[in-house]
Amino acid sequence: MTLPLHPEGQSLVLLRIGERRFALFAWQIAELVAPSRIFRFPHRTAETEGVILRRGRIIPVCDVSTILTGQKLTSRRFYLIAIRQYERQSEWIAIPVTGDCELINVDMTPAGPDDPAHITAWISHNGEVIEVLNVNALTPGPWESTLQATAARPMEVHP
Amino acid sequence: MRPAPELKVSARTEQVILFRVSGQLFAISSASVQEVRSVDSLASGAMDIPNPCLRKVRHVIRRGDKSLFVVNGAVHFGLQPAPVALVFVLRRTKTALLIDGIEKMTTMTRLQALPLAFCHEERGWYRGLTALDQTVIPVVNPEGFLSPEELQMLNASQIESDAAAAQAELPQ
Repeated sequence: MTLPLHPEGQSLVLLRIGERRFALFAWQIAELVAPSRIFRFPHRTAETEGVILRRGRIIPVCDVSTILTGQKLTSRRFYLIAIRQYERQSEWIAIPVTGDCELINVDMTPAGPDDPAHITAWISHNGEVIEVLNVNALTPGPWESTLQATAARPMEVHP
Repeated sequence: MRPAPELKVSARTEQVILFRVSGQLFAISSASVQEVRSVDSLASGAMDIPNPCLRKVRHVIRRGDKSLFVVNGAVHFGLQPAPVALVFVLRRTKTALLIDGIEKMTTMTRLQALPLAFCHEERGWYRGLTALDQTVIPVVNPEGFLSPEELQMLNASQIESDAAAAQAELPQ
């Protein structure tokens, strides 16, 4: 999927994960909610922790901190509910974040060909260079991981 | 901000059995459960599989010409082994499922599709998720305990061990 990328004057939400700040397009954010109980059940998608229940809606929790900062998030203050586009539909995904979020309007520099897929663009804000994230590349989905799963998980066979 | 994406929710109600495997709560449609037996009552009819090709299936129950493969729920879901007390014989499958016990029967009013953020084997394990008493419970897919490939392997192994047994019974 191609994200609509107009470098000038984009509305972005700044978020903090661990010690670092990142940005997401405002149109990709549904809401920011206080942490609630995570329901866990057996599954094999390592990037997905479990689900939260939010006004009757079941929302998967995807901790992206390891991908972005190389460390597991130790303190969670909020869940940023982002809209994740799949091939045929969109779904909500809860991303644990460390601190308050801020809505800003800034100019962006599109990501280069050597940047990782989860970076859509770069912004400069208050003397900091910040990655604008591509939620679709950052969080798991069936199409993206089916091939990996098939290759990585041979069927259990005992001689 | 955008309006919430459309929810995929089924409005019909369904009787479900809440059960535990290794302490973890699951739900299954009561219509999918043909029999509930105690492990003790089943022990006499179950046979060991001599060289189990799947770690989760170590026993088979013969009923006429039909074989039911006894799946250890804890191993299937990758949970810690726990003492099992009951067996669900699942309708329209060749699966008998070992479980800790039944929690209760209840009615499920909404079944939400498993979010696409779950994208590995679990997509075959579950029909979806339901919220009951402010708790989210996965609703198992009765056909998800043994994949077609696993069934094929078990059937082949069964044929092989039957042939070996028949060979052993032949007069020398």
